[in-house]
Amino acid sequence: MDYLSLASIICAALSVSFGALGPALAEGRAVAAAMDAIARQPEAANTISRTLFVGLAMIETTAIYCLVISLLLLFANPLLA
Amino acid sequence: MNSPLESAALFHVGPIPITQALITTWAIMLLLVLGSALLTRRLTTVPSKRQAALELVVTTIDTQIRETTGAEPAPYRAFIGTLFLFILAANWVSLLPGVEPPTAKLETDAALAIVVFFSIIYFGIRGAGLKGYIRSFAAPNLIMIPLNIIESITRVFSMFVRLFGNVMSGVFVIGIVASLAGLLVPIPLMALDLLTGLVQAYIFSVLAMVFIAATVEDGQSPSPTSNSQNKEP
Repeated sequence: MDYLSLASIICAALSVSFGALGPALAEGRAVAAAMDAIARQPEAANTISRTLFVGLAMIETTAIYCLVISLLLLFANPLLA
Repeated sequence: MNSPLESAALFHVGPIPITQALITTWAIMLLLVLGSALLTRRLTTVPSKRQAALELVVTTIDTQIRETTGAEPAPYRAFIGTLFLFILAANWVSLLPGVEPPTAKLETDAALAIVVFFSIIYFGIRGAGLKGYIRSFAAPNLIMIPLNIIESITRVFSMFVRLFGNVMSGVFVIGIVASLAGLLVPIPLMALDLLTGLVQAYIFSVLAMVFIAATVEDGQSPSPTSNSQNKEP
């Protein structure tokens, strides 16, 4: 195995792991804030949870980008072709 | 393991390769078109049970459009509603055994994103006129023109990657878990997938609506003010 494919595999793993760190922290903060808001105002729970879900999916997108990058490295690497 | 970025052709019709995603897409389209044609054939002022359920769907879509953008839902209802129902059906078609959601393939999502790209132009020109649409690129001020032109492409591209990545990762993870563990282990993941599918369909249509509304709004105001444009990361 030459060093190029080795580097791609390591970089794919690195991109997923670091790409999961940031969104995990951010989602934790978002959920905590939403819980706080629901505890204060239970009657606004519907609106808050709807906005929360949209926000979470937005945050999650950054992790998804990293996943797509790592899949590109593994399955569609232009350097290995 | 098969690459999730490519799709294998089942057979060829002339030069066109026919994939499983294509067949599923056409089946969903047929189902949606025939279903809505049959269900709305006899509409009455005093609704039957079936019509009441349909009206509930339409009212929900209307409410969402009005709440997220403040725009009057009538011109956008058909497009946004179709987008939402199609993506929802495409995401949830994985409930049928042996069928992969077509949104887990690059080409379906790219097609949807292109449709949204052109619909933003269409609704922008229709809502604010050709001059208004061109003016919407200079939304906060003139310096933003190159950035707005780039953004009009990147925001649609990010919608495309978001939908593809979310659905594809769900299918991919289920495939990995099913190949490692037994028959019943992936079921919680599949339940999570249903939630992801619903949320992604909602987000895709809401974002399309937000972009359309922002373009129309920026085009209409005679002195463009900085508002509501950048809801997108």
